[in-house]
Amino acid sequence: MTGTTSQTTPEAQASAPGGLVKDVVTLDRVVIRLAGDSGDGMQLTGNRFTSETASLGNDVSTLPNFPAEIRAPTGTLPGVSSFQLHFADHDIMTPGDAPDVLVAMNPAALKANLADLPGGGLLIVDSDEFTARNLAKVGYAENPLEDGSLEGWQLVSVPLTSMTTDALADSGLGKKEAERSKNMFTLGLLSWMYHRPTEGTIRFLERQFRRKPEIAAANIAAFRAGFNYGETTEAFAVSYEIKPAPMAPGTYRNISGNQALAYGLVAAGVRSGLPVFLGAYPITPASDVLHELSKHKAFGVRTYQAEDEIAGIGAALGASFGGALGVTTTSGPGVALKSETVGLAVMTELPLVIVDVQRGGPSTGLPTKTEQSDLLQAMFGRNGEAPVPVVAPRSPADCFDAAIEAARIALTYRTPVFLLSDGYLANGAEPWSVPDTDSLPDLRVEFATEPNGTDAAGDPVFLPYLRDPETLARPWAVPGTKALQHRIGGLEKADGTGNISYDPANHDHMTRIRQAKVDGIAASLPPTEVDDPDGDAKVLVIGWGSTYGPIGAACRRIRRSGRSIAQVHLRHVNPLPADLGDIIRSYDRVVCPEMNLGQLSLLLRAEYLVDVQSHTQVRGLPFRAAELAAVLQDVIDSTGPEVQS
Amino acid sequence: MTTSPIDEHVHELGMPAFDQRIADAVARSVELGGDKQTSLKAKDLKTDQEVRWCPGCGDYVILNAVQSFLPSLGIAREDMVIVSGIGCSSRFPYYMNTYGMHSIHGRAPAIATGLAASRPDLSVWVVTGDGDALSIGGNHLIHTLRRNVNLTILLFNNRIYGLTKGQYSPTSELGKVTKSTPMGSLDHPFNPVSLALGADATFVGRAMDSDRKGLTDVLRQAAEHQGTALVEIYQNCNIFNDGAFELLKDPLTGTQWSIPLVHGEKIVFGPDGASCVVADGWGGLRVAETNSVDEADIVVHDAHREDPAYAFALSRLSSQDLRYTPMGVFRSVAKPTYDAMMTDQLTEARSGGAGDLDRLLHGSDTWTVEA
Repeated sequence: MTGTTSQTTPEAQASAPGGLVKDVVTLDRVVIRLAGDSGDGMQLTGNRFTSETASLGNDVSTLPNFPAEIRAPTGTLPGVSSFQLHFADHDIMTPGDAPDVLVAMNPAALKANLADLPGGGLLIVDSDEFTARNLAKVGYAENPLEDGSLEGWQLVSVPLTSMTTDALADSGLGKKEAERSKNMFTLGLLSWMYHRPTEGTIRFLERQFRRKPEIAAANIAAFRAGFNYGETTEAFAVSYEIKPAPMAPGTYRNISGNQALAYGLVAAGVRSGLPVFLGAYPITPASDVLHELSKHKAFGVRTYQAEDEIAGIGAALGASFGGALGVTTTSGPGVALKSETVGLAVMTELPLVIVDVQRGGPSTGLPTKTEQSDLLQAMFGRNGEAPVPVVAPRSPADCFDAAIEAARIALTYRTPVFLLSDGYLANGAEPWSVPDTDSLPDLRVEFATEPNGTDAAGDPVFLPYLRDPETLARPWAVPGTKALQHRIGGLEKADGTGNISYDPANHDHMTRIRQAKVDGIAASLPPTEVDDPDGDAKVLVIGWGSTYGPIGAACRRIRRSGRSIAQVHLRHVNPLPADLGDIIRSYDRVVCPEMNLGQLSLLLRAEYLVDVQSHTQVRGLPFRAAELAAVLQDVIDSTGPEVQS
Repeated sequence: MTTSPIDEHVHELGMPAFDQRIADAVARSVELGGDKQTSLKAKDLKTDQEVRWCPGCGDYVILNAVQSFLPSLGIAREDMVIVSGIGCSSRFPYYMNTYGMHSIHGRAPAIATGLAASRPDLSVWVVTGDGDALSIGGNHLIHTLRRNVNLTILLFNNRIYGLTKGQYSPTSELGKVTKSTPMGSLDHPFNPVSLALGADATFVGRAMDSDRKGLTDVLRQAAEHQGTALVEIYQNCNIFNDGAFELLKDPLTGTQWSIPLVHGEKIVFGPDGASCVVADGWGGLRVAETNSVDEADIVVHDAHREDPAYAFALSRLSSQDLRYTPMGVFRSVAKPTYDAMMTDQLTEARSGGAGDLDRLLHGSDTWTVEA
């Protein structure tokens, strides 16, 4: 297995019933890809395996990959759904470039995924599904299990479907229904192979099917049968052990990006003392944030499924006017529809968090695939000079902190803020060190409660656009507050009074002050972290968002080979950190890998007049660490000699 | 924070405990500025902003009527919010000394929905026009009506685009010659009342800008309605569509063609009550000569009828040339409001205690790494 160390120790042998003695091989990391039909339950299987793995203390990173169609025709290539997970006894950063193990539940899954399985990799297939009809559906002339074409891999052909139905013969379920449990049989087998605990899955199944106890019992029986099969069969001579990863002390859980993002918004509501109002329209891959937030009404979270994207953000802005933390969630096409309202939020200077879980574009693009191509839309996709801060999470768990940071900026500076997640972060999962809630940022803001100025006659008046000298934020006076009645809107405002103004000098002033307010956020940011452990790197790699994992893994590879490289990963893309220019200029070469055609590098070049080298890819999938490392290595090699440590 | 009258007020209005910081700010402003003033005069609602509609515009009449009538509701001006879109009518909030937002084209109902749903303690109004509400904002309008959010929508219908200087609107009559339709409009117009009833609006009324009494009467009922109330106000644009409603204002045709709707009374109209409304035998209604029908067959107006089909049939009596135009309240039925139901769900969700962030973040599956 590539990149793994393995050893068999005599004392690590396990004995199984039936007199079989099986070797236990210790691995430091494994990448498994589960692939099957959309109806085969691969995502559920993957998520369960992830939970068991995480609870065992391994570090884990996952990459679900599913079609946009809910159910493409059974057994066809478009219907293939897969789930890749990487787990290790050390800190890992990506879901793995290529699987070590491929589980293919049918010929389509084999055909769609085999090319990614390196030679010698373990290939487990459900032989029952390799029927003439299924083979023909995907264009196999011969059965690959029999024609020798899979000789380059360790093929284990298991009749998963029929073994599942055999195990459930007494369950009272029909054949079709019993077959549905084959994913749990498979999970059981994998749980045995990798020494995963089983109690969690059994508890999960009991909970999931508590209203259908016969289904719960069948799934549990299939799960156990799969486990026992692994223990007794001669098909698998060894099982594998991956020791827990050394992680910082703390309480951990497994969490996906969308869930972490939703929790971050709930936490922002708690820490600001404000009700969260989510206005949203369903869209892949952002809908799960709506689903999650709608469960948390006990926190005063109001969720509103609007008639369209525009109404979603409109309602959120209306709620912000009323004193709520307004939030809207969407993906790229939805942002396009919301643009005019984002402009209104810029003009009315109200807090608003706009979550864009990016997907492949343009237009409808690739709804279930990941991309980072909405950065320039978030930056500039509005009429007029309409600056909006942009915050980006770097990993699934980091979505929690990024959501809180987006809320902090929105509330402190009274501005809409873009939170740019993406499909990979949204559906990917990793262990998360659950934070101490008291240590979360204090997001309390003061509402205006009394007049803040005087009119010509010396009477007290409320000036809705009188700014805080430090943040340049305007006062937030919510309807219901006595004596602070005021009118806001999309027309240009007179400085201070907020009255309509067409005065040329005022417009120039207001345009510049709105920009200055957003630029000024940089003053509230901590110094940029530069990861340059050797201190002598000549090449800096800079990224934003979900590329953090692959870039970080690529940097580790480079450093392991004895070369130096520095890494900076941006949480804030607008405004850029104040110290970034000096950092960038202190390196000979700057490389910026992105899942778009060079959007951040365009900004960096424009901002700093530095020859940033863009490395891009828009395959709908995260970068592979090995490929990135090769690119970075080339840059290092062409930068001239450096001192080897 | 000590309990003040406004705390009780807010509590009475169903503002949940989780919105405490908003309630605190309101209470603090009352401590600083004195109790809320609910006995207002029209002048209290005027702002220092110069009203900039064209001289002679029907909007002036409506503004005056609203400013004169609102104080009678006994609502403090800081508890009123007017949200508008884009168009001549949408300048309205700038002239009202309440809270207000002059938003973007067509989106006022969406913005007002977010505000009203999260702040049930406020009196939220939408001011919009025929282009704003029915063309670019048509989607938001119908969905707001079906949800029955507690807000009042004033739709100023002048059957023209005024702010963009004279293009036909979604209520302009077929064949209308305008700058964008030199050979006549090809669009069949909406009847806003029919559209609202099609969306199952719980309150729909119609009034004339120049009819202060009739307008005030409909506005009062709309304001008192719990849920979304839509009031279509015929409004004259004296620059681009002057006289659009003249046939209903003219002493002769106006009397012949206007059908005043009074709940519980027979629908009889015209000089000496010569015309009336009867069933047409096909589920709809028609106009008949009063002395040619059995008196028992004359329809008695029932605005509270649950089935919107009756009110819809009333709305279909009108034709493009304004012949037989019912004025008044078409429908006013009680249904739970969106905001009240939303508040109920939040309250129910908290019945087992407020959300515990620590518990939420931990979830059910955790493991601990020891130091």
